[in-house]
Amino acid sequence: MGGNQVTASQIRRIILEQSRRANVGHIGSALSIADIVAALYGQVFNGLDPDDPNRDRFVLSKGHAVLAVYAALFIKGWLTQDQLDTYCGDDTLLGVHPERALRGVDFSTGSLGHGLSIAVGAALAARLKGVKRRALALVSDAECNEGSLWEAVMFAAHHQLANLIAVVDLNGQQALGYTSAVLSLTPMADRWRAFGWDVHEVDGHDAATLARTIAALDMAEGSPHVLIARTVFGHGVSYMESQIKWHYLPMSEDEYRRALLEVSPA
Amino acid sequence: MRKAFSTTLAELAQRDDRIMLLTGDLGFMALEPFADRFPERFINVGVAEQNMVGLGTGLAESGFIPFLYSIATFASMRAYEFIRNGPIMHDLPVRIVGVGGGFEYGPAGPTHYGLEDLGLMRIQPGITVIAPADHQQMRTALLESWDLPRPIYYRVGKDDRTIVPGLDGRFELGRAAVIGTGRDILFITMGAIAGEVLAAVETLAQRQVGCTTVVVSSFNPDPTEDLLEALSRFPLAVTVEAHYREGGLGSMVAELIADNGLRCKTVRCGVGTTPSGLTGSQAYLQERHGLSRRALLQTALQLLVEA
Repeated sequence: MGGNQVTASQIRRIILEQSRRANVGHIGSALSIADIVAALYGQVFNGLDPDDPNRDRFVLSKGHAVLAVYAALFIKGWLTQDQLDTYCGDDTLLGVHPERALRGVDFSTGSLGHGLSIAVGAALAARLKGVKRRALALVSDAECNEGSLWEAVMFAAHHQLANLIAVVDLNGQQALGYTSAVLSLTPMADRWRAFGWDVHEVDGHDAATLARTIAALDMAEGSPHVLIARTVFGHGVSYMESQIKWHYLPMSEDEYRRALLEVSPA
Repeated sequence: MRKAFSTTLAELAQRDDRIMLLTGDLGFMALEPFADRFPERFINVGVAEQNMVGLGTGLAESGFIPFLYSIATFASMRAYEFIRNGPIMHDLPVRIVGVGGGFEYGPAGPTHYGLEDLGLMRIQPGITVIAPADHQQMRTALLESWDLPRPIYYRVGKDDRTIVPGLDGRFELGRAAVIGTGRDILFITMGAIAGEVLAAVETLAQRQVGCTTVVVSSFNPDPTEDLLEALSRFPLAVTVEAHYREGGLGSMVAELIADNGLRCKTVRCGVGTTPSGLTGSQAYLQERHGLSRRALLQTALQLLVEA
């Protein structure tokens, strides 16, 4: 496989295959962003050359969901099957969090609350250089617990970084509980709006609408943009959906087979 | 050193448009030489050190050389993880500029002291640490290092007047400056406290005690060869730093001695306890922690008695 159209169902299948093969967790988080990643790599970043210094920059700030991105890189033909099969093994660049030494990954992440500020720098650099280039950060909702994220939010609005896009994966869950129980983020959209961002509330499992929304944003001037993408944690595998335990748990063989039937029906 | 830093950086920025200066809302009466000439490359990011480092990382990845300015303690510690996971892990030419290490912000109290910045940075192999001893060396150090491809932490002193006699502004990355040829005591020092050391050395000379002083200006690379050469000639080395005793210069020298099996003892002069909360001038605090010229003189004389 390689160089094919990136779809969310393919991404989900690869997430399940690799999680099962490596016997690791973080499955629900990766499934949560499968449609967003499909929109990005299938449409938003179409034609992007990973070696072009003036390419759009992407920061997966919720680095623990990177398996969805590895899946997209594989489908695009930037990763071989052999490389993909090293996921979570020894001597691999494909760990639980993204590593920038891997072609197609712009920045290493893993510590929450860091990625948006890097994307802010990339957006500012493009403006200073007069290069038409976007910077996009995908952040988790729980990541908005981090004060450092709001430092970046304030800076981007103050400097009117119109070429900056944040996508919030609003799945309502974090490692140990539901965000409403741990540290409320409601109302998420109003918070970003109050900080001066151009806010778009969208269905995070509708890749076509996500891509269309991003394509319609004014990248030349005005406020930075945020897509509040409503998602379901574990989306696509019914027994994982909105279940806290699937943040960490790996699947048994039986669970794997049931999940696979749901995401790619025979 | 702040003025030398700011004016030298402005000169460099004139030649190279990759240079940017960002500040975490600090540097009144210090950054104007740069800010006035290059307003488009100067940004006050607000009181937000983490974001400053994060966005510096994004800027550097796109080809800029951002200098990120704050007080040493905030510059090094508030955003420490951002420095490690950003410029260090991505191997990018971000410059962290920490002003006023040691007790330079004396009356401001313990929240403003920089007693572990050098140690924290030194333990990260992926960042070069530069601590000039006076404003002349600040200038040379900046001219010699500004375009290094890897990240740098600069500890910049506030004193724009004191000159370390015999240093003559020398700086070479990975080398130390050796001042004097005395054979009685070996001092090894780093940063602005070198002024106190050389003042004590002068008094000792008047008492017929000859000293050799090694001024270390960088970690990663450490001036290993110069230190080994000096340490091999003395049975005892007195290290002096405006920093906790652990993690910084004294630790580096002790490790060097152990790693190389040298027969040399160390007396590490540095801050050994958490500041009590009693504040005062830099001179008061240095005296209290055994780092003033008078205290260093007493330490040296006592060592000679014991020898």
